[in-house]
Amino acid sequence: MSETTANTTLQSAAPLGGAHNYARRYWVFALPAAIVVTGVILFPWIFSVVMSVFTWKVSGNAYFVGLDNFSKLFHDTRFLWAMVRTFYFTAAAVVLPMILGIWAAVCFANNFSLRGLCRTLFILPMMATPVAIALVWTMMFHPQLGVLNYILSVFGLPPSQWVYSDTTVIPTLVMVETWQWTPLVMLIVLGGIASLPSDPYEAAIIDGASGWQMFRYLTVPMVWPFIIVAATMRVIDALKTFDTIFVITNGGPGTSSETMNMLLYQTAFAYYDLGYASALVLVFFAIILVISLGLLSMRQMERWQ
Amino acid sequence: MSTTAQPDLIRKRATAVGSNKTRRVLNKIGLYASVIFLIAPAVLFFFWMISLSLKNELDNTAYPPVFIPNPPTWDNFIKVFRENDFLDNLINSVIVSFSATGLALLLGVPAGYGIAKTKATKAAALILVARVTPALSFLIPLFLVFQWLDLLGGYLPQIITHLVVTVPIVVWVMIGSFEALPPDLEEAALVDGCTIWQAFHHVAVPLARPGIVVGMILSFIFSWNNFIFGVVLAGRDTRTLPVAVYNMLTFEQISWGPLAAAALVVTAPVLLLTLLMQKEIVAGLTAGGVKGG
Repeated sequence: MSETTANTTLQSAAPLGGAHNYARRYWVFALPAAIVVTGVILFPWIFSVVMSVFTWKVSGNAYFVGLDNFSKLFHDTRFLWAMVRTFYFTAAAVVLPMILGIWAAVCFANNFSLRGLCRTLFILPMMATPVAIALVWTMMFHPQLGVLNYILSVFGLPPSQWVYSDTTVIPTLVMVETWQWTPLVMLIVLGGIASLPSDPYEAAIIDGASGWQMFRYLTVPMVWPFIIVAATMRVIDALKTFDTIFVITNGGPGTSSETMNMLLYQTAFAYYDLGYASALVLVFFAIILVISLGLLSMRQMERWQ
Repeated sequence: MSTTAQPDLIRKRATAVGSNKTRRVLNKIGLYASVIFLIAPAVLFFFWMISLSLKNELDNTAYPPVFIPNPPTWDNFIKVFRENDFLDNLINSVIVSFSATGLALLLGVPAGYGIAKTKATKAAALILVARVTPALSFLIPLFLVFQWLDLLGGYLPQIITHLVVTVPIVVWVMIGSFEALPPDLEEAALVDGCTIWQAFHHVAVPLARPGIVVGMILSFIFSWNNFIFGVVLAGRDTRTLPVAVYNMLTFEQISWGPLAAAALVVTAPVLLLTLLMQKEIVAGLTAGGVKGG
């Protein structure tokens, strides 16, 4: 064995021989990916930090301005409103998919005929190309000819302005987001349910527990870590939502659906104010990081009371 | 976090069935009603998308709406391909997504192996940073770099930025599937005088093929679906399908039929893949809650 180890050490170009370093030599395998990740993920990050303290226009002129971009950001009402809208959108676009997704996971954990097909149909929205579905939603939202207002009228409900009014635009976008991402919540929670032992349920049935009681006192506490992971993913994705908002409203009408990510795009690629955009990115990323780490720390909670 | 791809994921039931018969029947009805309620939005949406693409303009703007195309017409699809450079965009999409997926496999499969072997899960967590970060934050610095190198508008910037999406997916899926392999076979190969590279190439990779397929499918789908990188980095001749279909909406006064047909063409490969490979896709997505972009 020691001979082999010496051999492989020589050939693997990682001169870290010795049995206790056995595992270390496998680092070579990760090296090419590590270089690329450094290039496309780490380097942009460092570059962003540098740019954020400059006034950096795309033409190439850059002036060092210290933390001016950041102080400007916190006095920029457009940014502050974008932040408020982002939180409003995110809160709704997390809660609704979580409720529906957990419900769907509980349903799909049962055996029933055509379950495979139903599950596939259910996850299609999250797999489909976001731009394509956004286009179809846009056509459905048409106030006069759209199919959604027709469906409302069938149920005797008044027509809605959908994305064409500044009061309904964000709830409408939340609806699209919920439609699209409930399946991801379902899949993660379903993975949790599938890993559960069946004994507690058998005991609960013998004790005459109702379905709701079993859900509330057995399923939820046991799949809690999965629920938290799903909620974290959902928060991250909701904060970052871009494609659907960009295609359906482009931040409008006016700026009434301009979230942080939309403002970021505008700042960087419509105004080409890259320094300011970099400061925005850093603040945006810090918000995402704090919220998601905060949520993940709840993962260890075995019970919720 | 276990990232094992489990083929028989959902065997156990979470909501147990009641003890007596009436309750069982009621539960069954409730279950079916719930499932119908939950899948209806997806089914109706895609039905409407197909319906729009197969109707003529008169039926598409009729009120009350016409649901079943009668007779169905292929005109919208013909129009999309005839009046746009859709075929070119399709080829661009294929070039970008295949390259980004191929490179991600080339880099990500060994990386997943290395991380699984060294048990450096902390290093793997670093890769999750890509999951948390908004795509635009990579895009701004990379945009500048590509501009300096005078590469903007070509395929290369798009392929490179797509790696931000595809490499983490492949690495993440591969860590799980290599960790799930029994180490005995590779150890036997090493004892027989294989190098660690040979053990990887001839033993571990063939055994991890299901995981590689999962990683490949997911990274292809998320690369294909990607819009934001293309909208910033693509030139006139290198636009991918999502960018092209978006431009149809903004720059041309186009009617609904062709627009729906174009949307369907863009997303059809992904929908077909999902329908055909649903088991692999579900296993992969469940593993890490992976999502690109």
